[in-house]
Amino acid sequence: MLKNKKPLVFVAMSGGVDSSVAACLLQEQGYEVVGVTLKLWEYDEVGGNIFRESVCCSIETINDARNVCNQIGAKHWVFDFKEEFKKNVISNFVDEYKSGRTPFPCIICNRKVKWEILGEKVFPLGAEFLATGHYARIKFDEKTGRYQILKAQDSSRDQSYVLWSLSQKDLSKTLFPLGDLTKTQVRELARKYNLKTANKPDSQELCFVPDNDYERFFKEWENGNSVKPGPIYNLKKEKVGEHQGIPFYTIGQRKGFGKGFGKPMYVAKIEPKENTIYIAEDKELWKKIFTVNQVNWVSIPKPEKSIKCQVKIRNQHQPASATLSVLDENKVRIEFDKPERAITPGQSAVFYDGEILLGGGIIVKVEE
Amino acid sequence: MPEIYLDYNATAPIHPEVLEAMQPYLTEKFGNPSSLHSFGREAKVAVEEAREKVAKLINAHPSEIYFTSCGSESDNWAIKGILWANKNKGNHIIISKIEHQAVLETCKFLEENGYSVTYLDVDKFGMVDPDNLRKSVRKDTVIVSIMHANNEVGTIQPIEELLKIAKERNVVFHTDAVQSIGKISVDVQKLGVDLLSISGHKLYAPKGIGVLFIKRGTKITSLLQGGNQERSRRAGTENVASIVGLGKACEIAAQDLDEYQDKMKRLSESFLKKILDTIPEVYLSGHPTLRVPNTVNLSFNGCDGESIILGLDLQGVAVSSGSACSIGSLEPSHVLMAMGVPKHLTLGSVRFSFGRFNSMEDVEYVTEILPGIVEKIRNLHPAFAATKNN
Repeated sequence: MLKNKKPLVFVAMSGGVDSSVAACLLQEQGYEVVGVTLKLWEYDEVGGNIFRESVCCSIETINDARNVCNQIGAKHWVFDFKEEFKKNVISNFVDEYKSGRTPFPCIICNRKVKWEILGEKVFPLGAEFLATGHYARIKFDEKTGRYQILKAQDSSRDQSYVLWSLSQKDLSKTLFPLGDLTKTQVRELARKYNLKTANKPDSQELCFVPDNDYERFFKEWENGNSVKPGPIYNLKKEKVGEHQGIPFYTIGQRKGFGKGFGKPMYVAKIEPKENTIYIAEDKELWKKIFTVNQVNWVSIPKPEKSIKCQVKIRNQHQPASATLSVLDENKVRIEFDKPERAITPGQSAVFYDGEILLGGGIIVKVEE
Repeated sequence: MPEIYLDYNATAPIHPEVLEAMQPYLTEKFGNPSSLHSFGREAKVAVEEAREKVAKLINAHPSEIYFTSCGSESDNWAIKGILWANKNKGNHIIISKIEHQAVLETCKFLEENGYSVTYLDVDKFGMVDPDNLRKSVRKDTVIVSIMHANNEVGTIQPIEELLKIAKERNVVFHTDAVQSIGKISVDVQKLGVDLLSISGHKLYAPKGIGVLFIKRGTKITSLLQGGNQERSRRAGTENVASIVGLGKACEIAAQDLDEYQDKMKRLSESFLKKILDTIPEVYLSGHPTLRVPNTVNLSFNGCDGESIILGLDLQGVAVSSGSACSIGSLEPSHVLMAMGVPKHLTLGSVRFSFGRFNSMEDVEYVTEILPGIVEKIRNLHPAFAATKNN
């Protein structure tokens, strides 16, 4: 068999500027690059505005990724993972909402689809690495023999939060070429490489809810069978209104409940078994203690005793000081030093020591 | 890295002589064949010369040759045109289960619109049983459409026998000859068919040009209404340069057929032997002898064909699975399924299709790298571990 001198790296490309620049950088660094774009869903299936160009999986973005590869002389393949995505990501998203939790589907998509399923495809073909355009860094720690995830150099762009579920094996074969760069530098590089996507806006919303309209999505998905109306209570369990289906609500949301109360009211609790929503004043939303399961330890092995760390409880949250105690193999208890607002079951809690991502898991239960 | 193209059943490059013949008609000889002046006349002459060359290759009369935009249009026109022209006779169509999508999807569409379709089974070689056809013909059967050679496995159908049955019952017979033209001798007189589809780009002519042969006296409705081109049967200004190219390609195919067949046999037989000698658990799909000589469809047990295709792509070799689509959907080939190939082997199938510009060195390169690729996939692919454990 002919030996290829250059190490082969597969770059997961959404068609956006970040992954495009990642591909160009790796090519420049002497890797043999193959671009891969995942086809995860069809507009026919998820609905929404079909004229948005910035979200992944549209024809435009697949074309953008292919064009970049063509420009740098790299091969480009489109993998159709619609079935896997629906089974692992969208179904989980719907089930979690139906169970009164607020999931963050990018977490499962990363672990299950982008690393596991894509990895199963490309590593047998001789790939040495899988790369993405995430802003985060990987460092091998000689002392512990572990691969660590560090926050991005540019903390304002840091995306390490969505990567907590990657295994050591995943990390040993992963490259994040943008970890040391700022978004401004990436855009400059895109212009330097003369990429068509240099000025493309960032996508913010969930890819499979391209119009960001969750109500519309849940009404259309499974013919709307995943939503049914029910009562809204206050914390004294007095009925104060009707909700349209629990998937439309998330902890801490205001959604115009204030009328008639004289003060703003927020979703405080969701009880899927009773199909009820509880609302309360803002001060009721501040909590300190919660449990986290499905814990994955990244930069350190499972600690033997309690540790002090900073915990981030949603994508836009500033990590806050807390004490972490291990409950069992993959379950921990977190106690914030000071109460935090709207700790939400289903979201990811990620533990940091400064810039080092220690591990993470899914928030299950918040103590009153 | 070498670039080796073994996907001639998908498309072929334009033959240099074809390109040369076309070039004037893309530039100075730009006239519209329908025009009365010298520019038009010049183009008209070229189109009619090309028509003669196409007719000659398949032993038809030039007046039986109609230029279309592609093989799919020819198939659509043949089936829909015959049905519309024979509305009083009935609404029943017979095709085989291994037809190209151009026929299959057309028939599915017609089925959704009130027509009745019988899908004939094939045997393990992909062959239609004439007795099966005999049993399926009904009073209201209007057209039988069975492909000449299959695009995925290359099996050649017993068209003459099938035709006899159709003719006994006065049913129109169409064959999609896209994959047989230029590869084996195609003689419409001998075959006896009423309609036959040809595609340019499988024959070293450009993409975007096709032909429907319509036997004189066949009643057919037009698909495209408009101007009086193609003797008022197919509207649209002629694609003059491509028509000229197709004419030239047919001329070359007619001249070189024996030489081409010898070469294809040598390449594909040597390839097959080497692969069977070096890689265990490989199975050939398609008829062992009644097959177009350039097509070798292999199933690699314990592999997904897709990974082999990608592995070869990484090393500069272009091949396909039977029905090219996106990676990962893992749709088993309808052709292999109809032939009764076990599902895990249908997913492990790869089509190697050789052509005019391949050489023995190409065969050597591919047969040298393929065992390593297959071994790697078999060792590392979880699907194989699963098969092994079962």
